[in-house]
Amino acid sequence: MTIQLHACLFKHETNFMSDATMTTNTATAKPLPKQPGSSRNGLILLAVVAALAYSWGPAEMGRWTYLFTDAGNMAEYASGFLKPNFSEWRFYLEEMIVTVQIAFWGTFLAVVFSIPLGILSAHNMAPWWVNQPVRRLMDMFRAIHEVVFAVLFVVAVGLGPFAGVMALFIHTTGTLSKLFSEAVEAIDPRPVEAIRTTGASRVQQVLFGVIPQVLPLWISLSLYRLESNIRSATVLGVIGAGGIGQVLFESIRGFYYPQASAMLIIVIITVSLMDLLSQQLRKLVI
Amino acid sequence: MSAITVSNLSKTFGKNRALDKVSLTVERGEMVALIGASGSGKSTLIRHIAGLETADSKGGRIDVLGDLCQDGGRLNPRLKRGRISVIFQQFNLVSRLSVMTNVLIGHLGRTPRWRGTLGVFNRDEKLKAHAALDRVGIPQVFAQRSSTLSGGQQQRAAIARTLVQEAEILIADEPISALDPSSARRVMDVLSSINSEDGITVVVSLHQVEYARRYCPRTIAMRDGAVVYDGPSTALSNEFLAELYGAASEELVLPDAPAGQAAPVAAMAAAAERERPRAELELA
Repeated sequence: MTIQLHACLFKHETNFMSDATMTTNTATAKPLPKQPGSSRNGLILLAVVAALAYSWGPAEMGRWTYLFTDAGNMAEYASGFLKPNFSEWRFYLEEMIVTVQIAFWGTFLAVVFSIPLGILSAHNMAPWWVNQPVRRLMDMFRAIHEVVFAVLFVVAVGLGPFAGVMALFIHTTGTLSKLFSEAVEAIDPRPVEAIRTTGASRVQQVLFGVIPQVLPLWISLSLYRLESNIRSATVLGVIGAGGIGQVLFESIRGFYYPQASAMLIIVIITVSLMDLLSQQLRKLVI
Repeated sequence: MSAITVSNLSKTFGKNRALDKVSLTVERGEMVALIGASGSGKSTLIRHIAGLETADSKGGRIDVLGDLCQDGGRLNPRLKRGRISVIFQQFNLVSRLSVMTNVLIGHLGRTPRWRGTLGVFNRDEKLKAHAALDRVGIPQVFAQRSSTLSGGQQQRAAIARTLVQEAEILIADEPISALDPSSARRVMDVLSSINSEDGITVVVSLHQVEYARRYCPRTIAMRDGAVVYDGPSTALSNEFLAELYGAASEELVLPDAPAGQAAPVAAMAAAAERERPRAELELA
């Protein structure tokens, strides 16, 4: 009933408004030029809403009510983690350090390879017949999850941290070179042009004109990837790639929740420390 | 052998004709001004001569110092860059590098490739860079990041970079339009001395005809992508400009201050001058 009433009111209002616009239109006799893009924005919004609606069922979003009705189960499970047991903290710390070391090497190798690959996949640096193949290769590196690569490398180099390093290296190369190339595509081309007119070679143009412009962003992105690789390296432990992850999942599987809880706390502290450290590093170099 | 020969150059951006059959010749040792309202094609012409842009196919050719630069929309693949040095409106220094490194970049075309790529410059090259900074009047800033300089200083650092390059031709694309009047004059003085003392051919595009009259014996005027005047700068009276450009000529000429208003300003300046010593005394 109220809805109908509202509709009535609204209808009335729009009638009134269109009357008003008509009178002003006749007065000035000049319609405003249509702003381009206003209908396009509406279409984009519509498309996003349609995509969300289409994904609702398959993603089982309808189960959201369980979050409230069955929250007790979660609480019960989580209560196992409430009393962390740090009795073996030395061992956990050692394993945590191994995880950080895995992430460090994986990220380092990725950064080294992402520099040329990122430049080669930037459209303002390389012709399409170079940047398209490089980009597709990077897509492949990025699309396949670290865990899948880790399984692959475990087969090749055996169980242990090195498989983790390789998995992180490949996946991070895919991500970082895309991010690096986006930074390169956003540079100011004018200093590079100026360097070109001095007779500098292509490589020199990149070294003196491009790299100084993107370096702060590149460093920032690399540090961020290092942080997220520490998290990823933890997960890689599950499939036997060493580090604290391996110990963590073993204890969860064995219902040693207090121990698992202690390890999680160590992981959280490490990631936070990394965040603080990388912030300081960023300030130092930028 | 002429320094620059442009013959029948045309360039179209979409539907917009930016250059329309431009032909001109600049002899060695000349100092030529290129004037025109915004959008008249000055920058486009300069970018073509610098080899940063190619003309339309069948769009004419450019020769620089007797070598082909571009022909029919194709850059000469064996073009040896570095014989023309370019100064830009926005200076185009690498802002995160030091002034010294920016100036040393001018050497890149001539130092051995490996040394330039690794950024290893010898004593001689560094001395040259210092001398260039000295000459443009900013020897003290060599260690600063170039982004910390003022606009006028940045443009002078950019000139130092071209000095180090030791090119035979210098072309400048509106080098002073982003600068205040005193910096603009200083930059034009440096360009003029490069022309008269080093015998380097200078082509400079300018927005205001006063500078052309003062510094350049010859002026080429452009309108809508075509050359409409090429001759002595002294012949470019304000009336003639009005004839050439119509209403657009206003943007090319600085308004002359009316005599009636100049006097009070001068009187105020004199009064301020008298005021200053007293103020300083009070402070002391």
